[in-house]
Amino acid sequence: MSSTTAGPRSAARTGRLPNRLRSLLDAAVTPLTVDDLLDHFAPLRPGAASGLKGRIEAVEAETADAATIVIKPGRDWAGHIPGQYVRVGIDVDGVRLWRTYSLTHGPRPDGRISITVKAIPGGAVSQYLVHQARVGQMLHLAQAEGDFVLAPPRAEKQKLLMVTAGSGITPVIGMLRNLYSRNESVARAAYDIVLVHSAMKRDEVIFGAELRAHAEAGRLRLVERHTDTDGLLTTDDLEAEVPDLAERTAYACGPAGLLDTLEAFYDERRLTLHTERFRPTVVDVDAEGGTVTFTGPSGATVEADGSVPILDAAESSGVLMPSGCRMGICMGCVLPMTSGAVRDLRNGELTVAVPGETDPGGVKIQTCISAAAGDCQIDH
Amino acid sequence: MTTVTNKVDNPIAHLTPEDIEAIGAELDAIRQEVLDARGEKDAAYIRKMVDVQRKLELGSRAVLLASVFPPAWVLGTAGLAVAKILENMEIGHNVMHGQWDWMRDPKIHSTTWEWDNASTADGWKHSHNEVHHTYTNIVGKDNDLGYGIMRVDEEQRWYPAYLAQPLWNFINACFFEYGIAAYDLELGRNLRLPKEKRSEEFKRNLKATLKKVRKQATKDYVVNPVLAAPTGSFLPALAANFTANLIRNLWSHSVIMCGHFPEGVETFELKSIPEKETRGEWYLRQMLGSANISGSKLMHIMTGNLSHQIEHHLFPDLPSSRYAEVAPKVKALFEKYDLNYHEAPLPQQVYSAWHRVVRLSFPNGWLATTNAKNLPSQLKLLFAMATADKRKRRVMQRLLEGEARKLAQAA
Repeated sequence: MSSTTAGPRSAARTGRLPNRLRSLLDAAVTPLTVDDLLDHFAPLRPGAASGLKGRIEAVEAETADAATIVIKPGRDWAGHIPGQYVRVGIDVDGVRLWRTYSLTHGPRPDGRISITVKAIPGGAVSQYLVHQARVGQMLHLAQAEGDFVLAPPRAEKQKLLMVTAGSGITPVIGMLRNLYSRNESVARAAYDIVLVHSAMKRDEVIFGAELRAHAEAGRLRLVERHTDTDGLLTTDDLEAEVPDLAERTAYACGPAGLLDTLEAFYDERRLTLHTERFRPTVVDVDAEGGTVTFTGPSGATVEADGSVPILDAAESSGVLMPSGCRMGICMGCVLPMTSGAVRDLRNGELTVAVPGETDPGGVKIQTCISAAAGDCQIDH
Repeated sequence: MTTVTNKVDNPIAHLTPEDIEAIGAELDAIRQEVLDARGEKDAAYIRKMVDVQRKLELGSRAVLLASVFPPAWVLGTAGLAVAKILENMEIGHNVMHGQWDWMRDPKIHSTTWEWDNASTADGWKHSHNEVHHTYTNIVGKDNDLGYGIMRVDEEQRWYPAYLAQPLWNFINACFFEYGIAAYDLELGRNLRLPKEKRSEEFKRNLKATLKKVRKQATKDYVVNPVLAAPTGSFLPALAANFTANLIRNLWSHSVIMCGHFPEGVETFELKSIPEKETRGEWYLRQMLGSANISGSKLMHIMTGNLSHQIEHHLFPDLPSSRYAEVAPKVKALFEKYDLNYHEAPLPQQVYSAWHRVVRLSFPNGWLATTNAKNLPSQLKLLFAMATADKRKRRVMQRLLEGEARKLAQAA
């Protein structure tokens, strides 16, 4: 008995001194904390004040417009399961932007993680990561998330179908690398995999060589389709290519159109399909005004005109709002918008918040000069 | 100085309402240019500034651990004073204005920043960003005009107590951070109220400020000296912290005085401000109510770019590092509309601001009519005015002003 109670007590004792030292040092540097200062010297250490960060260790071109970014994560990185995604925050043109990317390696012995990014035309973050990101640069990370993962090996062989298109291959490559880099014979015995992958053309297939090598080695059956010659992948194609489709647990990742079609197809047949989506519904930024919902204690809903500041609209509906100069200079009215779009009434500039893409705490907006440009949610 | 509308030669009389709106449009265009250009370089600038400031402060405090040695004391104190000035001016003041909010970095954001100063970030953002920047130089509305303790305008009635205002101003300069904290709380007004009539908000703010003051003082006057005690440097470190705070206070007080106090900066009458002031009219008030300090790049950084006070008041939310490049465009606009772009080197502006404080500590016209020869009789007059009742004082005041006018006409 005594040994079980001694454990926590001694842990508390060893924890106390650093804590005392910490509060002494915090008192020496207030209003900062020691962690704020240590961030300037060791941003990857555990307990960093500015949150979990990572350092870019390599940028490897995959195709002309796709690259793999290898990242050394901070010490607080809790690890991931292949197939999961990570939210990455990077400063593009000085502005912190967050996006979600699949992790494209299983847990690596060197502790690095990687994401593979396809540069989307006009995509601020993807273009930046593929073409401008440099080794040594820091980025912000959230912990890995997502349940798009394989079931662990079972006694009998599991039959799997993976349907991917374009950069939808990224979570799947993470799974495959993890399976075959460790104990190949175990993996071969546990899974029977068919991978149907669709891409624009052959040389645009991200990880093309690696996938073909897996197929040649007999680790999986690869059905490669190129839309320039074969057209878009249809469910008829899929049934033709994979006759035993009904026996296979299915995983799909790709553009919304493909996933919608597959979901309808699988629903009809009452079969299981795991999907992974990257692009949530796009905000209708052209809408004139919209409904502003205040999440949090105020809990109000306000119909706001596209030409009236949210502050005014909310106040005339009786919402208690923080306010200041009412002309966009004092920042007394700033609130975080968790989703939606607002227009700066001064110059028409749009600010957009997309859950899962922009800061989870919300994008801070000045309500006194921002009008709703579509429905939005504001934390207040 | 007299409010613009009460002046004999009103400096904006030649502007039509259309001119004023055109000025507004041109300033909006200058603002937009910066918004379109701002990006990675600006972000790198403020991050570098924060990095340099923190390392300088940390290094200086480390040196002060051995401040029993005089060279270490001098070096550490100087470094700490510079670090505190950078933190308050180029970083804190500007971050709290929201100049860097566009980066969406929660660590460098107006809503999360707390500064190395006795006043709380929340208190400061209210009294400075909201009141002072919105009601700039409106007599009776903008408490920055004399901080509610000084006479800074001819139109404020003179009382004998104002004779001591140069002294008050100097004491305020030495303990400026506490002055600001008291000012943010509107301490004077609130303390005059009976206890039960003070608002909940005031009590809350007072509590927050006292907590902040305690933490700040504990850091500078207890914890850091105690850390230096093993080398026998307790007292030297304490003195170093006090000196660094004193230097920071004197410096920031001087810079801020230069922004709105020098002779020639205009003030405004509340009743002359239209109920719905247009953007152009607001811009114009900022243009005339501020004064710049000319000097080197280092000087601009050490003033938190408040040396570009005019540009700062026009565009309080633009990154401070951009003021220098917009200044020539703003200056050209002043010239185009025949307005006075108030700019002078630091010593000149400090002298001018102090001259005004001294001049207005006396009754209107007293300093102008005083010379070495008539000093004894003038002092007698001053004594008489100070001890006279209200009515007699008013008569003497009128006579004095008449004399000053005659003197001005003769010159």
